[in-house]
This record gives sequence, C-alpha cells and structure tokens, in this order.
Amino acid sequence: MGVEGIGARVTRKEDKRFLTGKGRYTDDMTVPGMCFAAFVRSPHAHARIGNIDATAAGEMPGVIAVLNGRQMLDDGIGNLICGWMIHSKDGSPMKMGAWRPLAHETVRYVGDAVAVVVAESMAEARDAAEAVIVDYEELPAVTDAVTALADGQPQLHPEAPNNLIFDWDIGDAAATDAAIAAAAHVTQMRIVNNRLAPNPMEPRAALGIYDAADDHYTCYTTSQNPHVARLVMSAFYNVAPENKLRVIAPDVGGGFGSKIYIYPEEITCLWASRRTGVPVKWTSDRTEAFLTDAHGRDHVSTVKMAFDASHRITALKVDTIANLGAYMSLFSSAVPTYLYATLLSGQYDIPAIHANVRTVYTNTVPVDAYRGAGRPEATYLLERTVETAARELGLSPVELRRINFIRSFPHQTPVIMNYDAGDYDASLAAALQAADWDGFPARKAEAASRGLKRGIGMSCYIEACGIAPSAAVGSLGAGVGLWESAEVRVNAVGTVEILTGSHSHGQGHETTFAQLVADRFGVPIDSVSVVHGDTDKVQMGMGTYGSRSGAVGMSAVVKALDKVEAKARKIAAHLMEADESDIVIENGTLKVAGTDKSLPWFQVTLAAYTGHNLPPGMEPGLKEGAFYDPSNFTFPAGCYICEVEVDPETGKTEIVQFVAADDFGNIINPMIVEGQVHGGIAQGIGQALLEGVHYDPQTGQLLTASYMDYAMPRADDLPSFQVSHQVTPCPGNPLGIKGCGEAGAIGSPPALMNAITDAIGTNALDMPATPARVWAAARAAAN
Amino acid sequence: MYETTYHRASSLAEAVRLRADSDEAKYLAGGMTLIPTMKQRLAAPSELVDLRHIAELRGIAVKGRRVRIGAGTPHNEVATSAAISAVCPALCHLAALIGDPLVRHMGTLGGSIANNDPAADYPAAMLGLDATIITDRREIPAGDFFTGLFETALEDGEIVVAATFEAPARAGYSKFANPASRFAMTGVFAAQAADGTVRVAVTGAGANGVFRHAGLEAALTRNWSPDVVSDVAVETGDLLSDLHGNADYRANLVKVMAKRAVATA
Amino acid sequence: MAKVTMTVNGRKVAKECEDRTLLVHFIRENLGLTGTHVGCDTSQCGACVVHMDGKAVKSCSILAAQAAGSEILTIEGLAANGELHPVQAAFRQNHGLQCGFCTPGMVMTAVDMINRYGAVLDEKTVRENLEGNICRCTGYHNIVKAILAAATEMGAARQAAE
Repeated sequence: MGVEGIGARVTRKEDKRFLTGKGRYTDDMTVPGMCFAAFVRSPHAHARIGNIDATAAGEMPGVIAVLNGRQMLDDGIGNLICGWMIHSKDGSPMKMGAWRPLAHETVRYVGDAVAVVVAESMAEARDAAEAVIVDYEELPAVTDAVTALADGQPQLHPEAPNNLIFDWDIGDAAATDAAIAAAAHVTQMRIVNNRLAPNPMEPRAALGIYDAADDHYTCYTTSQNPHVARLVMSAFYNVAPENKLRVIAPDVGGGFGSKIYIYPEEITCLWASRRTGVPVKWTSDRTEAFLTDAHGRDHVSTVKMAFDASHRITALKVDTIANLGAYMSLFSSAVPTYLYATLLSGQYDIPAIHANVRTVYTNTVPVDAYRGAGRPEATYLLERTVETAARELGLSPVELRRINFIRSFPHQTPVIMNYDAGDYDASLAAALQAADWDGFPARKAEAASRGLKRGIGMSCYIEACGIAPSAAVGSLGAGVGLWESAEVRVNAVGTVEILTGSHSHGQGHETTFAQLVADRFGVPIDSVSVVHGDTDKVQMGMGTYGSRSGAVGMSAVVKALDKVEAKARKIAAHLMEADESDIVIENGTLKVAGTDKSLPWFQVTLAAYTGHNLPPGMEPGLKEGAFYDPSNFTFPAGCYICEVEVDPETGKTEIVQFVAADDFGNIINPMIVEGQVHGGIAQGIGQALLEGVHYDPQTGQLLTASYMDYAMPRADDLPSFQVSHQVTPCPGNPLGIKGCGEAGAIGSPPALMNAITDAIGTNALDMPATPARVWAAARAAAN
Repeated sequence: MYETTYHRASSLAEAVRLRADSDEAKYLAGGMTLIPTMKQRLAAPSELVDLRHIAELRGIAVKGRRVRIGAGTPHNEVATSAAISAVCPALCHLAALIGDPLVRHMGTLGGSIANNDPAADYPAAMLGLDATIITDRREIPAGDFFTGLFETALEDGEIVVAATFEAPARAGYSKFANPASRFAMTGVFAAQAADGTVRVAVTGAGANGVFRHAGLEAALTRNWSPDVVSDVAVETGDLLSDLHGNADYRANLVKVMAKRAVATA
Repeated sequence: MAKVTMTVNGRKVAKECEDRTLLVHFIRENLGLTGTHVGCDTSQCGACVVHMDGKAVKSCSILAAQAAGSEILTIEGLAANGELHPVQAAFRQNHGLQCGFCTPGMVMTAVDMINRYGAVLDEKTVRENLEGNICRCTGYHNIVKAILAAATEMGAARQAAE
C-alpha cells in the first residue's frame, strides 16, 4: 500500500469544493431564459379529477404556461414503470396500475401532481399554482396495508382487486411447517417495520432544457443513476430517443435510494421545456419531499422460529404484508421479495425457511428502496426474533447465536443465496470485547443507582450487496442488467481520467477510484480525475445503490486498468527491448526485472501517443474500457452491540455505547468506510428511536410532512460510535471487497430495540421507540 | 410566501404609525416564527414593520432583584446575561433551551410572548415569575396576558416593549423537548417568591396553551420539595394529545418536569 | 421591489429584489453565491447558515430586506487567500462531510460555536450546539471530531499569537 494506494486513509479530493461553497448541485444551475415550475398537487388522498380551470392562473404575472395531464397524454408521454416483474404463487404477473406523471383522471395520494405552472420566477410560479382551480370528487382512502387487503376497502386500481399487487412466496412451505410441528420450542412474534422518509438533505430538483434548433434535450437532475434515468425516459416515457437526451447528475446531496427512481417532475420539466420553449427548473421544498419522495420500509410480518432441544434453529416461517403506496415505483417489487426474503437465513444455518409476501396498494406515496432496502426488514425481523428466543429459552443471546452460526463456506441457504465467505465468530468476538459485554451487569447496577434502566442488545446482520449478476437478476424478473462500466483514459503526459457509470453523491468516488490508479501505476491521485454523472461523457452505467460502487463499479475499473497495464507493459518491453513478462511496475516506474533498465510511467504513456516506436501492429493511444458483471452477490456481515439507559420517568432513551464490528472484505479507504458506517448507524438509530411516517388513517393526510413532526436524528440524539473491521476477502471480485454503504442502517435497529426491551423488561414495543411509547410500554408491563 | 411590503421602524412611535397604515400589517421582531409561517403561506401580512432596529426595545437592566428585559432582546443575550444569572439563573437556563443557537441569535422575548405558541418556553417563565408585560400603552400582568392558543391580551397595533419581574427566591425550569420540533412537549417553570408564594407554570402540555397548576402550587407552597410532586394529581382533561404523546403521557411529564424544576431550583 | 444594500464577504452589494425575498435566495440568486443551501421549510436543518454582523443565523428565515445594511459572511468568504479556514481544514482532515450539502451551514455554525466557546469545547457542548444543523450522511461522528479538533487548533493558534 502506497500513501495514496489501496488501504490508505486518503483525505478526499472533492472536499475543497464542498467546503468552500463551490459544489454544483442541480438547484445551483442557471441557464439563460430559465423559468420555474411549481406543481399543482392533490390535497386529497383519493379523488376523481373533474375540471381543471387555469384561466386565472394563466393571467397572473410572469406565468408562461399552465399544463395538465391530458396535454401530456396527448403528447405521448408514457406511464411510469416498475422495472422488476414479480409473479404471484399462482403464476400471474404483478398487477401494475397505471401511473401518470401528471394525473388526469384520478389522484391516489396527497401530493399526486395534476398540473404544472411555468413562470418567470419561483414565487410567481407558486402564486399561480395556488390559483389553479381543480374540481375533485373525493373518494374514500386507505393508508394501512393490512386494512387495504380486507374486503370492502377503497380500491385503488381496477387491475388489482382488494389492492393486492402480488402474493409471492419463497422456500419450502411443507418442510418448514413440518419442522415447526416437530419443534421443541417455537418463538412467535408480530414485527412492524416502520415507514420512513429518506430525507437526503438536498431536496430533489430538475432542470429541463429543450433546444429546438438541435431537437435535443438536456436534463440536470438529482439522480443516483443518470444513465438509467436516460434509458427509462427514452424507452418508456417517450421523452426523446437516447441520442437526443443528455442527463447530467452533477453534485448530488445524498440519495439513500430515494434518488434512484425517475419521478414525474423531471419528465415534466423536459416536456414543459419543449412545450414552452424555455428551460424549466423545479426544486422541491421539504414538504414536497415528504409528500413525493419514495418512502421506505412499511412491513407488517408474523414470524415463527422453531428450535430443537439443543437450541438449533430448525425452521423459520414468515408472513409479510408490504405497503407499496399508490403506485409501483421503479424497484418497488424487488425490495420486499428478492432483497428481503432471500436474506432471512441471516448468519444462521437454518434448514427450512418459508416466506410469503403480499404487496398492497394504499393511498400513500409510493414505497421503494431506502438505504438497505429489504435487508433491514429481514435483519430486524430475524434479530428481534433470535433475541426474543434467547430470552424465552433462558440462554445468553451470544450463546444462542453461536450455536446457530454458519461456519463453512460456501453456504447455500434455502432462500437462493449462496454465501461465499465470512467469519461471524470474529465479528461477534470483536464486538463483545469492544463493548465490554461481561462488564454490563456492573454498569447496569451503577445506572440503577442513578434511577436509570440500563439495557444491552446485539444484532448479527448479513446483507447481500454488490448487486448483481445480470443473468441471475434477469431470471428473477429484473428488467435491466446490473453490471457496471468503466473507461480508463491515460493522457500522453501520464495523467489519468477514469470514467465510471457509478455515481458519487457523498461516497467519495473521486478519491477512492483514484486510489486504484495510484495503487496500480504509482500516479499521485491528484493526477487522476474521476468523471461520472453525465451521459454525454460516460457511455453507459447502472449507477450507485445497493452498496455496489465498490464491488461492481471499482471492479470494472480494475478490469479496464488490467487492459491498460497490459498495453503499457507491451510498450515498455518494446522500448527497453525486454521480454514483456520481465516488466514490473514499482512506484510509477516500469522496470525490467533483474536489470537497471527502467522507464518512468509518463515516458511510456507519451510513447503510446507519439506512436513513434510501438510494437508492430499496435494501435497508438492508451485508453481502455470494460464492463464488469459480478459472478455473485457479496455478503458483508457483522455484529452490532448497543447499550442504552432509559429514563423510566420520561421513557427517554439515551444511547450510551454503540459498537460496530463489520466485515466488508478488503477496504480501499478506511476513513471513508468508517464514515459510511457512522452514517448508516445514524439512519438505523433514527428508524429505531425517532423516525416514522404517519398518515391520518381516515383522511390520508400526511401528518409528518416537515421536521416539526418527523424527527430527524440530530447530533445530540447520537453518541460517538466505536467501529472496527474484520476482513474475510470477498472471493468473487478482483479487489476482494464486499461493500459498506448500507450495513449501518441494516444492523443497528434490532440492536437498539433489543437493548431498549432489555432495559424496560418488556418486548411489546415497536419502532420508533419514542419516549411516549417506551413510557407506555414500561407502564403497561408493570401493571 | 405571498407578496408583502417591508418597513423598518427606528422608533416605537414610527412603528405604531407604520402599523396603523394597514389592517393587514404585522410587527416583525426576530422573525423566527413569523417568517417560516409566511414561507408556508400560513400568514399573509400585507405589510411588515420590523422592530429589530428600535433601540428602546433592546437591553437588560437588573436593579437589585428587579429585572427588566427589553422585548427586542435576543434569546442568546438572556441566556448569557451575567446580570440575570446572578438573580434568576433559571431564566438564563430557559432561554438557552429555546430553538437552537442560530434561532437564539435572532428570536426575541417580545416576539415569543406576543406569538404565544402553546409550546414556547418564555410564556412559562413569564407566568411563573409573575412578570409584568410592558407595552407601548400599558402594563399587563402575565396572568392576564396569555389568553389562549396563539392569543394574548394585546390589542390591535399594541407593541410589547419589555417584561419586568422581581427575581424569585428560587426558581427552576425543566423542559422535555419534542423529539422532532424540539419545542416543549412539556416545560415547567416553578418559582418561589421572596414572600413564599409559589407559582408553577406549564407550557407545551395544555390544550389551551400555557397554564398555572393549582395543585402543584398548593403542594409546593406547603413544602418546597421535589418529593411532594408525586402526590399531586394532574388531570388529563385539558392536556394535548397528538402524534408525539397522549394526554396521559403529558400529565406524567408535567409531574416529572415539575419535580425536576424544583430539584434544580 | 426594493433596492437592498449590504456587505457580503467584505464586498458592498446593492440589488433589486422583492420585499418577500429571503436572504438565502438573495445570496443564491441575486449574488450567485450558491454555497448557501436550502434544505427545509421550517428553519430547522441549518443548510442556510451564514453570519450576520458576526453571528450565525438562518438565512432562510430572514428577509433580505431585514438584512439590509448588515455585514454578511457566507461560506464563500471564509477561506482567506486560498487557504482553508481551520474549521474547513479540520472537516476535511476528519472526514466531516460526505455529500457536502449540509456542509456550508455546518461549517458556519462551527465557526460561530468556536467564536463563542473558544478552545474549551467538549463533545457534549458541540453536540448541543449542533441542534440547529441536520446532517443525513455522517451520523455527526466526524463533524463533532472535526469541530473539537478545530477548536483546539484555533485555541493553540490564539495562544501562540498572544
């Protein structure tokens, strides 16, 4: 490892621009003649749209146009799609109701857009949007998925009777039922995974620019995957063919999944720009973000976990109802199925698993992947259940987990996944030591002397990252392949540009991707530029989500670097009249092994471009591209231990210690990996302690539509974290890396809930464990 | 935000005159509530009269145990005032819990009490300290000033100039913050005056805004001790129930915060 | 429309804007200084923090007209002569930022905090004083570390100068 190579704690190249206010986010973009869009949104959760009267609005100052959904339909703009086909148990395809970017017949959630105003200023656009008069015929609404499945409830889409989108299962039902019937002990729970709003700090934004002279569109957008956005807008929404549509995702202020999807607003801005002839920019405010950004989680499950007399888990049976909201968002169907049920084996050797999942339409904003996407739901269900079982069986939670750990690899689970490598004992041991597990009883006694209830809880999580082998996901219903692309362009003077289809919105790719080059060729990272986020510069890519940028995106870079290196070696061997196999690269110099002959990197690269003296038949230049398609998922795993003190008088929980021991395989930049873990844990703690989306069950109004009512984790809600890494390299990719972006959000909620329930002595508590809920649960248990 | 016209007043008289020009005008103090409310289009004053540059509204004066705080004094100045801290540290503690450090740089005493948000901190202090609210027209006892949710005894165009009170023998404030907004879910200001009179004012919990709790006052008058609080009954009938906690929970918080306020006094 | 005059990052500026224009929009749109951000509507996230007459304030909750005549310092004015301010440098050194969107407000709040407390800051005080700034990426761990490091460094520098 060099000072800037693989494994080095390199400070980030991108930081200076962010720290000096020179970041360039979508809302910072300004082009001549730019106008502003404001959407007219439904105030009702469910209604039929009658007349839309824009007469008064159209005459207001600065207004360029007021456009509606019928006009959009007439212009041939297509429906929004869900890109992952799931079939129900009976073989029928999922029931996908039509989702129009601008609704023209029915609105199905509060915030559903029905029209857009384009005006010369943002304030004028908003003034006029308020003046658009829409006649609504209100319909009854349903917001809760369990209720929505019952007979006699409001129906959202004619395609989906009883609001059921699909009824899917995985695993062996008969074997699972038989094992449960024969079990020495069965632990049963009802588990609710609370609905969350992703809340990247940068609200979504889009700037659509139509150039009539060239019949060409440009879209600046807050996207995690601009190429997928272009593909979908082109192929399904009929905005423009790909060669006439450039999508740019410049600096993006966090995503956490919510910026994967292609939303109505960016399509509308492009279409409105063509309609009006002016560039059209839209920037969400926070309330709009709460109303319209895809939410996460929202599962209700029942679980049975069976044990034999020696406390080995013999079976797991899960029944889950997942709320997908009013429409099927881009990857919504994959989240509660292949990203969830396939992880239900956790770190345990479980011979029989069966999971049934029903997904449901409700009058709420669509639900899709949010940091972890399915895996937090699986981990929460499993780790709450294992902890509860340990309490019921009178075993230490450590002991029960150790009895059931998987210890030989590869390990085939009963739910598709084939774990390639891991050492669950190592992370558990590291976490126990860091947390001083054995010293807990003394700390609990000390806390009791201060009138506080101290509790400890753990979770041993596994996740599947590096999504994903294209053929495998294709066979499971994915509409796209999940490879990644890279191009390495070496300039004549030896500086390097890396073009990647991954997208950085906080992950630090401009630094870590450059470290790969520094490691390989000894080039300072300052001489390496990382180009991403622009479909005109990078040909194609699948983007950043599912902790895939390292395992898949960097692997593509490695493949391209391999090709560059091979050519550079040939050139060096030719120039130094040596055998290619004798060339070694050390600290930026190509040497002939066993001699004093050497050439600095830049002389080799210069030779590639002068072309004066290249091996016979070799093309000039030094630029290589690669597509990398992973051979398997990767399986990060770890152990989290959380210790809390609960104030019994108020129900307030203070996290007094949080330990994370993670195995991410090899690590490129520990500083950045630790940052990812910190952020993930904070979001997991947020889910467990603070955050929850609430709709009024009668009216369907969003009750948590601002930070006044949706509790975001703040600095004084959180402790500092103790983070460590154990390394079992991933055998499936050239760098041996597994991915680290989501682990914190996956592993932390059950650890925290196990700790709080340990502290208050009752298990009857759902997330978020707000002070009021904890106080009520403890009081109910005491009575 | 709807369109509005901004005026800056440099004296009380000018402010009153500017305000009188329009029915739809509003005074603007620190703006920490009014501007966000206008941004959400929940308020639409045609004119704003900015009071922040009126020298008469600024400043803290402590004479003996008599404290006078100008209405335009930002929370941060109260929180860090050595003069107030010497006679009534509970008020500094309370001011340091309002909003966040950035809000405390702008938000003012006058703005807070004139708005009378049912979850604001200052109304509890004014009531608990038996303060007198001085306006450009008269003096109003705090007990008469807060009249309901976002309602006060202020007449149209009347400006809060200052609040004044006799520092109590002891006082404490304990606040349980709403996990989302950080406004008071329940805040209790408890004070014992030099003559032994006890006042206990509760903010955040009441369905009708800030209120005094007779039961707590009676118990603490008999014995100023945190131990007596647990025997006091707090009725749930007039307490708020919302997403963040029902009336039972708030009733519990009233007692717990009262106990802690007395303990820290 | 009114003409609003103020001093921004040491430069006197005068621009026409509507009375309802917020200071943050005046800075971003009228002055083109887009480092100051808007992350919420309820004056809670702190992405918009600037210094007005030496004190950290939320520019999303102040009208440009209210700020007329005052001295404004934005994130763009913090680094002097191309050298990062010690707080900026500490954020970089301690990886106190990821997506960068909350960062300008965080840095401006941190500078104000250190101005008020000096080098005596401890972790609890830092966390309490970050109440008005929300970050979704870092879990605050490295932000807290960065502010403590900067406070120490600035305290040491101040001592050396005395």
